Amino acid sequence: MLLDIKNLHAQVEEMAILKGINLQVNAGEVHAIMGPNGSGKSTLSNVLAGREDYEVTEGSVLYDNEDLLEMDAEERARKGVFLAFQYPVEIPGVSNKLFLQTALNAIRETRGETPLDMFDFDQLALQKMKALEMSPTMLERSVNVGFSGGEKKRNDIFQMAMLEPKLCILDETDSGLDIDALRIVAEGVNALRSPERSFIVVTHYQRLLDYIKPDFVHVLYKGRIIKSGGFELAHELEEKGYDHLIQPYQEA
Amino acid sequence: MTQPTQYQEINDLLLKNKHYKEGFFTKTLVETFDKGLNESVVRAISAKKNEPQWMLDFRLKAFAHWQKMREPHWAKAEYTPLDYQDYSYYSAPECSSCSQACDKAPDGKDHSQPMMDPEVAKAFASLGVPINDDGEANIAVDAIFDSVSVSTTKREDLAKLGIIFCSFSEAVQEYPELVQQYLGTVVPYHDNFFAALNSAVASDGTFVYIPPNVRCPIDLSTYFRINEAKTGQFERTIVIADKGSYVSYLEGCSAPVRDTYQLHAAVVEVIVHEDAEVKYSTVQNWYPGDDDCQGGILNFVTKRGICEGRNAKLSWTQAETGSAITWKYPSCILKGDNSIGEFYSVALTNRRQQADTGTKMIHIGKNTRSTIISKGLSAGRSDNTYRGLVKILPSAEGARNFTQCDSMLIGDQCGAHTFPYIEVENPTAQIEHEATTSRIGEDQLFYCQQRGISEQDAISMIVNGFCKEVFKELPLEFAQEAEELLAISLEGSVG
Repeated sequence: MLLDIKNLHAQVEEMAILKGINLQVNAGEVHAIMGPNGSGKSTLSNVLAGREDYEVTEGSVLYDNEDLLEMDAEERARKGVFLAFQYPVEIPGVSNKLFLQTALNAIRETRGETPLDMFDFDQLALQKMKALEMSPTMLERSVNVGFSGGEKKRNDIFQMAMLEPKLCILDETDSGLDIDALRIVAEGVNALRSPERSFIVVTHYQRLLDYIKPDFVHVLYKGRIIKSGGFELAHELEEKGYDHLIQPYQEA
Repeated sequence: MTQPTQYQEINDLLLKNKHYKEGFFTKTLVETFDKGLNESVVRAISAKKNEPQWMLDFRLKAFAHWQKMREPHWAKAEYTPLDYQDYSYYSAPECSSCSQACDKAPDGKDHSQPMMDPEVAKAFASLGVPINDDGEANIAVDAIFDSVSVSTTKREDLAKLGIIFCSFSEAVQEYPELVQQYLGTVVPYHDNFFAALNSAVASDGTFVYIPPNVRCPIDLSTYFRINEAKTGQFERTIVIADKGSYVSYLEGCSAPVRDTYQLHAAVVEVIVHEDAEVKYSTVQNWYPGDDDCQGGILNFVTKRGICEGRNAKLSWTQAETGSAITWKYPSCILKGDNSIGEFYSVALTNRRQQADTGTKMIHIGKNTRSTIISKGLSAGRSDNTYRGLVKILPSAEGARNFTQCDSMLIGDQCGAHTFPYIEVENPTAQIEHEATTSRIGEDQLFYCQQRGISEQDAISMIVNGFCKEVFKELPLEFAQEAEELLAISLEGSVG
């Protein structure tokens, strides 16, 4: 098992958001996390990635048989946890190339691999960019500065392709994408699927899942997973909405 | 009144200040004046340098004026009034290692290189300053140790082009007409308190003259090193670019770790004639003091240049990372029509450092243009202030200015302040001012760390990205040094 989340509770600024999440992810599986706004989807992504503002109050997370919660964000990243951001961040004056080469070589060092020099890096980057229909000039531009929403998301998927993580968490990567961008992003994700790599795809809508076709779908509500199923659950939600599922959990 | 002193060890102090690698000090025999300042000290400095009467007169006039002036405290930087009697105003390494008594040359400067104290040479070597004339370095260096210039390289190569590159003391002896023609013309002795003090007790400095239509083929530079404790450094630098000439001039600075404030009050005058261009770059890394900035350098500097002729261009670029207090406004007087003034600045403050820095652009000539790009970075409990004046005089038809001041806060106990003054007396002028303040984003940091980049690397990447517009104006090696300095100065500032 790659990831084993047990009874995970977490809070942000003293407010409890996650209230007992249980989830097992095996190598090679794709899990979708769906749910209405405010159910804790992004919190789960951020807690797994190690964001400091999120405080875990109870429960455990085993990643590759190690205690994930003991590691800081940087260590998690180096050990193969990747978060595609809901809002990828802009860094003025720092080129994508410098940013990604620094990241890649830090991760390669952890894996015991030799750092890539400029030429090897360029070669690898250009090859991956082509698959994502990105312009090579992007490498020289500042990280996400002046990028459209779609370009930012594509850039995150490009980073994912370069860093070759073991666990990819996509936090509402589909939000704000038009249909072409969505297809490119989904194809990028599908190209990365392998028996060793697992995905947690957090999304509000079904349309990304139509492209990615997850093995499992979980519905998150008020900080708990209230229903799990196969890909067919996503269709059910699309047809009937969340209301019939969450009704029993709504407080009087 | 002079005495050779042996330094005491200050290793414990050094240990406390590991982040400042230039903090070592040099044990050497020195000749240091007793503490105190009065007219006879001014006369003694002049006599020590065997100066002509006109230079002594300049000093005395300045000293008399200084005595009537009050120490300025308007800057957004707090310091207790200094006791000017508690400083020594002259300190120079002696040639203790020479077997025979090697008295100073009549001009007060050692001319032959072997006479340099090997300890002093070692100090510059550890600082990476190329003071040997080995022909390899593509830069000429004037090395100033406390009050005197100890070595000036590449002089002969430059002399073939008619370029004068020597210490200020030497220029007073050998080029008195040039010095008299320009000394005090851009920064008069009565300009301000510290300029007056400098004019009275000026120790040494660099003198540069580029003849008409000569493009100086290598960078000229001065490296300032304050070594002796409780000694003020008051160098005077004059750079003259005659018609159609070009020079790129760099200066670097450092000082040993001390536990009391050290005073550095320099004056720089730059004169740019018709069609000439001067690029003046500074990487300032004076000792900032301990964690409370005790013992750091007080950097009270007056730098000003004049674009005298048509199409003259003066460009100031500075990276300020050191000093307990920085009080510095490199300025341009744009007198010639179509002349151009530029100011690119990165000022970083950490711990309890205080910086009040900026520029003045005085537009006099027609169609004069100026650009100001200032990047202020505050970390720790420091205060960082941009203070700038753009003045368009009635004669400055069609003048233009663009100002951009960006501040970045690192942590939540520091301050960033911006005081832009704009005075426009000609309706055809165009002025643009942009200012931003941002906090180094938790979001940015997390984004980097989530990609496996360490916090320190992330900070230095984000900060260097923020400063990029300015660093690209620095000569390549200087830009690298500035980037490294930023990284070192920011160590431990977050988390």
